[in-house]
Amino acid sequence: MYEGAVQNLIDELGRLPGVGPKSAQRIAFHLLSAETADVKRLVGALVEVKERVRFCSVCGNVAEESECRICRDPRRDTSVICVVEESKDVVAIERTREFRGRYHVLGGAISPIEGVGPDDLRIKELMTRLADGQVTELILATDPNLEGEATATYLARLLKPLGLRVTRLASGLPVGGDLEYADEVTLGRAFEGRRSLDF
Amino acid sequence: MSLYRDEGIVLRTQKLGEADRIVTLLTRRTGLVRAVGKGVRRTKSRFGARLEPFSHVDLQLHTGRTLDIVTQADTLHAYGGPLVADYPRYTAGTAMLETAEKIVIVEKDPALRQFLLLLGGLRTLAGGGHDPRLVLDAYMLRSLAVAGYAPALEECARCGSQGTHRNFAVHAGGMVCTVCRPAGSATPAPAVVALMLALLRGDWEHADASTERDRGQCSGLVAAYLQWHLENGIRSLRLVERA
Ligand SMILES: [Zn+2]
Ligand SMILES: [Zn+2]
Repeated sequence: MYEGAVQNLIDELGRLPGVGPKSAQRIAFHLLSAETADVKRLVGALVEVKERVRFCSVCGNVAEESECRICRDPRRDTSVICVVEESKDVVAIERTREFRGRYHVLGGAISPIEGVGPDDLRIKELMTRLADGQVTELILATDPNLEGEATATYLARLLKPLGLRVTRLASGLPVGGDLEYADEVTLGRAFEGRRSLDF
Repeated sequence: MSLYRDEGIVLRTQKLGEADRIVTLLTRRTGLVRAVGKGVRRTKSRFGARLEPFSHVDLQLHTGRTLDIVTQADTLHAYGGPLVADYPRYTAGTAMLETAEKIVIVEKDPALRQFLLLLGGLRTLAGGGHDPRLVLDAYMLRSLAVAGYAPALEECARCGSQGTHRNFAVHAGGMVCTVCRPAGSATPAPAVVALMLALLRGDWEHADASTERDRGQCSGLVAAYLQWHLENGIRSLRLVERA
């Protein structure tokens, strides 16, 4: 244990995802020896993200205005929606430059064991977006792991009565992984080879 | 024992750090084991798919200070595939995995009968021959029985008097006679009690012939009984769907 302020910092850092006690200690001492200006810039970035960034009222992606950059872009195809779990998946897919439609960010995947059910995700919002009949294809790009697959199964069943084309990314993505770790080439290929789901 | 080999069913996975996962397994010889799968969330990992819930795997593990480390995993059965394609089956299966973890509780204390029960239950569920909720209820009843908490169905849970009684009291331990009956006991239809007995014994012919209404009542009683015996409730039960 360290004295007051240092220990406080270690405790706060340790609450971040993926940061264990050892890493928290390493980061804390790095900050302690860093230039004051550098630390102030970090503090500024933290405060700014909380004050300025919110979630897009249409798709749920991170946004600096009420709608995100992609939803505001008139060049994006409004007939296709790609459904993803998190905002970071939008970034991964944008990198491939394969997709010109819009997104819908669910805010996670169905995980009964964690108590996360369909009502805890932005599924109602998705159904509302589909109501006006503009969208003709929905690409389910949830993670290629068990929870992502279960979420896709649930959505496909829910969407069936709407008569849209519902597709799933090609199985070139190895199962068990997180979408954000797929490289651009593999992810791009998965888009080209997406298959229709018939439930 | 720094390196050991076992066979297990993956119950649960949790993200750890950048790309690792903590995997909770029910193994044949060692009982409940929590181990780290390194790098399994990278999509290039051939390991990842094998360490997903519902996978029955042959494992090599390294004993660690706090958590063991999975050094090798080979698939014996991948029940996740068929289950995930059918939402009611998937949710029933998830409740089975959660029940197994919460009923065994203690780590590294061999629980062979619980392992075999879960393996059989998943095989039946993935086989698709029965209503998934019936498979789940049968699994929960038998798993409670193995743990020593079988509900009394053919005698009074309090005084032991034989016969088919009319009332069911969760906290008394099952059916109760009119003399022992505590306030607030349930009064299930005789067919519901018969269904519970059939599920406990594995009489599928009887269970499959039951009515939707009796299955619903039976599920309610089994869930209440299970939650009473486990300290923490089964979270995923809320999301189990009827086929
Ligand atoms: Zn948006
Ligand atoms: Zn009695």
